[in-house]
Amino acid sequence: MSLHGLNLQHLSFGYGADPVLKDVTFSVERGSFCALFGPNGAGKTSLFSLLTRLVTTPTGRIEIAGIDLQKSPRAALAKMGIVFQQMTLDLDLSVRRNLSYYAALRGLSGREAERRIDAALDRLDLMDRAKVRARDLNGGHRRRTEIARALLHDPEVLFLDEPTVGLDPASRAAITEHVHALCAEDGLTVLWATHLMDEVRPEDDLVILDRGEVLAHDTASRIAGDRSIEQVFLEMTSAAT
Amino acid sequence: MSGYLVALQAIVLREVLRFVAQRGRFIAALVRPLVWLLVFAAGFRSALGLSIIPPYSTYVTYEVYIVPGLCGMVQLFNGMQSSLSLVYDREMGSMRLLLTSPLPRWWLLFSKLIAGTAVSILQVYAFLAIAAAFGIVMPFSGYILVLPVLLLTGLMMGALGLALSSTIRQLENFAGVMNFVIFPAFFLSSALYPLWKMAESSTLLYRICAVNPFTNAVEAIRFALYGQANLPALAWTLLALGVFLGLALVGYDPARGLSRRRASGG
Repeated sequence: MSLHGLNLQHLSFGYGADPVLKDVTFSVERGSFCALFGPNGAGKTSLFSLLTRLVTTPTGRIEIAGIDLQKSPRAALAKMGIVFQQMTLDLDLSVRRNLSYYAALRGLSGREAERRIDAALDRLDLMDRAKVRARDLNGGHRRRTEIARALLHDPEVLFLDEPTVGLDPASRAAITEHVHALCAEDGLTVLWATHLMDEVRPEDDLVILDRGEVLAHDTASRIAGDRSIEQVFLEMTSAAT
Repeated sequence: MSGYLVALQAIVLREVLRFVAQRGRFIAALVRPLVWLLVFAAGFRSALGLSIIPPYSTYVTYEVYIVPGLCGMVQLFNGMQSSLSLVYDREMGSMRLLLTSPLPRWWLLFSKLIAGTAVSILQVYAFLAIAAAFGIVMPFSGYILVLPVLLLTGLMMGALGLALSSTIRQLENFAGVMNFVIFPAFFLSSALYPLWKMAESSTLLYRICAVNPFTNAVEAIRFALYGQANLPALAWTLLALGVFLGLALVGYDPARGLSRRRASGG
């Protein structure tokens, strides 16, 4: 068994002659929170599409909880929970219905599905909103519903693509807090794409991605040293120009 | 129940619930063929004389003649609409959710197709019921025998939509699909006029009409409504289903196709 929750080796990807990702290599230990930090256009969303197998690339290798995504895509997909950047709830369905639809897509039904839905709602403090239509939820609760949904099948790795975009500061802080807690308490491996530095804690893993290249990978505090992450980041990205 | 069936059931149920909830879409889907049936056909019946051709055993009015074609049109529109909602990104989110399920992709796409077809069959029966209320009645057994045929033709047109949504980039708006898919398919078919009429005007057009999968779908529906199996039309529809499904599977292969283009950004 690999110690890595997530392992990426030499991933390259592009549209035609236009490279979007260049030889991306990094790994995330099981149970740690890794922030994938990069400006718009850095290749974060392309990387997420590769990780979730919406697209594939002939170069490089992706391992999800020790399973090769290329060789055993279905087993690897079963290990991951995904929160896409774009909201993917059915607005006309209740929170619970949204979750049970997802459970069914993962082959779960009946009492087992109900039990997991209850647990996930409880985990994200959404129990009192189970019957509310997704349309009537605020942005923060919609996101929390999506995170609860992504946890239904007990994934080992959780991918979140800029999950706090468009949320107010309080909701952002709450969601960041929730996901950090999932890491610490449940041993979930998390890859969290963002361009907002205040979502990253000093002890978190940090991968800085710019123009498809990994510029740095270490804990946030070590990358920052005695300066702020923003400063270091701006220096790195301007040096690359 | 196995995971496959659980997923299939959920996908179909979701699509049907969404359709029922979107009343505007339901009404639009019914008004379109009814306008053709109650307005166009009324004006056109005197201009077009029909001779007795199979499956009809007696003279039929024009309204009766175009009912199967309009059933086909309902399914054609439905197939194109579900594909457009994908192209427009409206459904892209739910499609991503679907495609990242650990079930095999072909099964997920097939379930999606079954779901769209179920909705189109609901629309066809609603249309047939209203047509019957206006006195355009088929033999009773026809209403039952047409069901398996509608399943096949609905799948074929849904697969066409799915293939288009994944492979053709230019069809970015509904006008494009109307001009390049729906109108040619509909007018170059036996939906509005028997093919022998077309043959009198142009042999070339007749030949195009004869190989048009939509013609064959309409003829399969027409014969089924009168309790007969038009085997060549059924076979041709099945073949078209196979081809379109193959194209859709290629289009949704993660190594190319829609998802790849859509992956650009951040």
